[in-house]
Amino acid sequence: MKSADGAKRWLLVGIALAVVASYFTPQFNRYYLGIAIDCGINIILAVSLNLINGHTGQFSLGHAGFMAVGGYTAAKFSLVFEAMVPDSLKPLLFVAALTLGGLIAALAGLGVGVPSLRLKGDYLAIVTLGFGEIIRVVVQNMESVGAASGLKNIPKWTTLGWTFALAAITIYAVASLVNSTYGRGFIAVSDDEVAASSMGINPVRYKVTAFVTGAFFAGIAGGLYAHHKQFLSPTGFDFLKSIDIVVMVILGGMGRTAGVVIAAIILTLLPEFLRQFADYRMIIYSLLIIGLMMARPQGLFTLSFKKKGAASV
Amino acid sequence: MLEIDHLEVSYGSIRALHGISLKVPEKSIVTLIGGNGAGKSTTLRSISGLIKVRAGNVRYDGQDITNKPAHEIVARGLCHVPEGRMVFANLTVMENLHMGAYLRKDRAGIASDIEYAFTIFPRLKERISQLAGTLSGGEQQMLAIARALMSKPRCLMLDEPSLGIAPILVRSIFDQIVAINKERGLTILLVEQNANLALSISHYGYVLETGSVLIEDTAEALRKDPQVRAAYLGG
Ligand SMILES: Nc1ncnc2c1ncn2[C@@H]1O[C@H](COP(=O)(O)OP(=O)(O)OP(=O)(O)O)[C@@H](O)[C@H]1O
Ligand SMILES: [Mg+2]
Repeated sequence: MKSADGAKRWLLVGIALAVVASYFTPQFNRYYLGIAIDCGINIILAVSLNLINGHTGQFSLGHAGFMAVGGYTAAKFSLVFEAMVPDSLKPLLFVAALTLGGLIAALAGLGVGVPSLRLKGDYLAIVTLGFGEIIRVVVQNMESVGAASGLKNIPKWTTLGWTFALAAITIYAVASLVNSTYGRGFIAVSDDEVAASSMGINPVRYKVTAFVTGAFFAGIAGGLYAHHKQFLSPTGFDFLKSIDIVVMVILGGMGRTAGVVIAAIILTLLPEFLRQFADYRMIIYSLLIIGLMMARPQGLFTLSFKKKGAASV
Repeated sequence: MLEIDHLEVSYGSIRALHGISLKVPEKSIVTLIGGNGAGKSTTLRSISGLIKVRAGNVRYDGQDITNKPAHEIVARGLCHVPEGRMVFANLTVMENLHMGAYLRKDRAGIASDIEYAFTIFPRLKERISQLAGTLSGGEQQMLAIARALMSKPRCLMLDEPSLGIAPILVRSIFDQIVAINKERGLTILLVEQNANLALSISHYGYVLETGSVLIEDTAEALRKDPQVRAAYLGG
């Protein structure tokens, strides 16, 4: 299968990049290194949201919430066990922390998804939006994770190598899921739910699978983020963060993995380039996004046929 | 094979079916005709589990399938091609056919059924890797029927297969429906605006009006019935 090969190629390129990156990391300027890691984390977030919003045609606004769940879980885990583990086993602890963060986020995804995915369209957007806000408020009041003042001194374990490798794994996992025979069901469900169920597909199961998988990787991204910034505060996971990720998916062309990866990189770099405009930075950023959306509502990199506009008869 | 007994369906407070009963014997072609809004599509949707039934029941192969989820009903060999040829626009013709075989595991059987689909609709073969959303209306209808066949149904329900299709193509699609019925022994429940054509290939027919069965008879008799002729066959 051609597309499965494509997925494998992404994985190999990503892993190779990760190895090269970790070799050269010490020579990198810290500022650029930080941005490169941000890019990787945003790729994971955007590609995983793309599975939900792009491939399966739902509309989730809660990705920052799942990222927060994963981030806080992983960070707390590392902080508790850091002192008990010898240095040589730290990488193992890191992997365990990330995995746990992903799993708890996936569990949260299941909790939100099962009741709400039976509803159609906008309801899901509202429910996930509410979920993200609830998470933020809960964290803000939880003393054990620093409440409003934030969780500090998280070990700095996230490297460029880890980030690229995990981004490659995310892309691979999503691409091979969607390109399998089973996975075409995602596209079928988003194209036409009625026709899909009259082919024997259970749309709710597909939607839940997409939702839970997406939440898992958002949780992983949260863990990477926590061990990168070394500090988590509830305000970092607000509604605007979810919107940022949604914008990456839309600009990337909903369902086009390569497009979404490029959009994630561009939208991570853009604010950095705009730093010279100081106070006007966010205004220019917003205007650029609005301009891009108006110029290319179908996404920056979409050429092929998309049903949404063409055949909504 | 398929038996519907006093089926009642409502959309909100609007009653769409007022207790419809009908029978579709094994290996037959049965047609539902009736004006716009008579409840033909609603009947098919409630049989295939796409909408909830309020009262009455649906029996298939002697088993009660009333209000079972749609994907379970397909698994029993009862497949519905809904009105408006809903193909998967972002999948190719080939991928659409494979989606039809979603519940099957027998690779060899799937391959030979794809060949069969191409012999009845050769146009699809020429467009094997085209995205279904870019097919013409008639081609999409052929794909919708072919895709339904891929699930290896024993009973097929077709909702207005002639909708928006050139007359010459309609004729050939209907010829293929007859062929499927004869060669594969498929039971067919057909809903059609083109009542004349539909009755010409059917064994039995029901005339629906505002959610009830008005007349039922053999297709032959319905075509001669003056009342039916005046109302549905253009005199
Ligand atoms: N989703 C819906 N919500 C509310 N009312 C509906 C809905 N679908 C159908 N109806 C109503 O139910 C009645 C029967 O509709 P149905 O689609 O079964 O008619 P039909 O016989 O298939 O007509 P046509 O030949 O025009 O397709 C109509 O009065 C229609 O307005
Ligand atoms: Mg109808």
